[in-house]
Amino acid sequence: MIESNTITKGLDVEAIRQQFPALNRQVKGQPLVYFDNAATTQKPQVVIDALVDYYTNFNANVHRGIHTLAEEATALFEASRNAAQQFIHASSREGIIFTRGTTEGINLVAYTWGRKNIKAGDEIIITEMEHHSNIVPWQILCEEKGAVLKMIPQQNGELLLDEFKKLLSSKTKLVSVVHVSNALGTVNPVEEIIKLAHQAGALVMIDGAQSTVHLDIDVQAMDCDFFAFSSHKVYGPTGIGVLYGKKKLLEAMPPFQGGGEMIKEVTLEKTTYADLPYKFEAGTPNIGDAAVLKTALEFVTKIGKEKIRNHENELLAYATEQLVQLPGLRIIGTAANKVSVVSFVIDKVHPQDIGILLDNRGIAVRTGHHCAQPLMQCYGIPGTIRASFAMYNTKEEVDKLIVGLQKALKMLL
Amino acid sequence: MSDHKSIQAIEDELVEEFALFDSWDDKYEYIIDMGKKLAPLENEHKLDENKVRGCQSTVWLVSDYKDGIISFKADSDAIITKGLVSMLIRVLSNHTPDEIIEADLGFIQKIGMTTHLAQTRANGLLAMVKQMKNFALAYKIKNSMTHG
Repeated sequence: MIESNTITKGLDVEAIRQQFPALNRQVKGQPLVYFDNAATTQKPQVVIDALVDYYTNFNANVHRGIHTLAEEATALFEASRNAAQQFIHASSREGIIFTRGTTEGINLVAYTWGRKNIKAGDEIIITEMEHHSNIVPWQILCEEKGAVLKMIPQQNGELLLDEFKKLLSSKTKLVSVVHVSNALGTVNPVEEIIKLAHQAGALVMIDGAQSTVHLDIDVQAMDCDFFAFSSHKVYGPTGIGVLYGKKKLLEAMPPFQGGGEMIKEVTLEKTTYADLPYKFEAGTPNIGDAAVLKTALEFVTKIGKEKIRNHENELLAYATEQLVQLPGLRIIGTAANKVSVVSFVIDKVHPQDIGILLDNRGIAVRTGHHCAQPLMQCYGIPGTIRASFAMYNTKEEVDKLIVGLQKALKMLL
Repeated sequence: MSDHKSIQAIEDELVEEFALFDSWDDKYEYIIDMGKKLAPLENEHKLDENKVRGCQSTVWLVSDYKDGIISFKADSDAIITKGLVSMLIRVLSNHTPDEIIEADLGFIQKIGMTTHLAQTRANGLLAMVKQMKNFALAYKIKNSMTHG
């Protein structure tokens, strides 16, 4: 049943595991099995070391000081911007805005581009499988402007593109779509969505929170107008993320927040704003975490996204195959193109009960609505149990999940 | 209330019962069992207004006040939560408003449920306790207004 647990298609999982100290933890007297990677990934030692190194040797405020530490901190901060640019293949570093994370990236676009460009009667299209962070900012904007928010429906975890075509019209100003569904794992056909939206004259924002860690991201080839992702889901620190925008769009957008760093000149009468990307980075940024984002992205690139993806997909296939054999278990989200996320429900059992009993065996999964309540409503369920796999997970751990589920069901039913 | 057990006595009983179990699996099995044995709430009571919102599961809680005594009924769509609320009912039901308000419910900690359940879930347990105490407070105030 199990071939090699440690080496799949060139990925030495055992060597990788040794680089993640949190995986050595015991939980409830058992070795931790961490299957909540779609919520946040664990951090490799190089990332932890880089954070300590930053605060130990380089801490200073960026861009303003002329002293050595300020120059060095600025160099690290800006080098990370370059690394992010390369990671998503953006055309210029000016199009890379540091944010707190994906949520802030989406809000930035809603509050600046949205407030300037959305008028009464305009339409914004999202999908039924959005995370709340790609729903609520647009709801707020639409309510304020008298605009209309529409949703592309989905079936069995796949977006219905024919329905999308019917929704598109000259009223459509923006299409904001999740690249990979956090609750279902579906990889959405964003290239086609972007093409169709552009033909209708609408801009496209891509929520890359879940996709950036698994897929090769090329925002130029994709031709999206905005793309947001979070560092902490790509093995980096929490509290830092990136918003990419096409330069021309970003230049025409009003600033997000006012303050230091984002100005060129301030008189009491008028302020002229700084050039990109600083116009959108008011105040002292999260320098330490931003600087370390580079380390995380390089860590992933060095191992190789394709190798990681092959390993994760193998785990997904293995887990899916084992899970469907459990009586009463139903996979939620069976799209043909998925990343390593498997969401499921079990007849007559509440996901929370399963979550508690798995935790009792040291197995961390996510249970609940995954901040995607409209999607859960489509399926008529309060939530699911979700296991999401990362580069350091193994088939042995999947086996532990299956045994944990069998034992939980025996207790619950 | 000399004719029946005090809240403290019932709490002590529960602590003794849990002391018999060596493993967390056994403790949870006992909680699940209590959940399964709790009489289901009639559908007429499963209303939004009777919901105590925990983190992920739904809890319905209703109270009744007769001859100075409060009784509780509850249900949940999650069985462990139902077991937890069943314990609270066993401890708090059939007592006076004052007894319920003053109950310290130290058994929750003694049986390990505050530390073992993660914060997000423990909040559900604490929300249930708070709701029960709120009922007691409301009956007490109503009582004092009626009787001067």
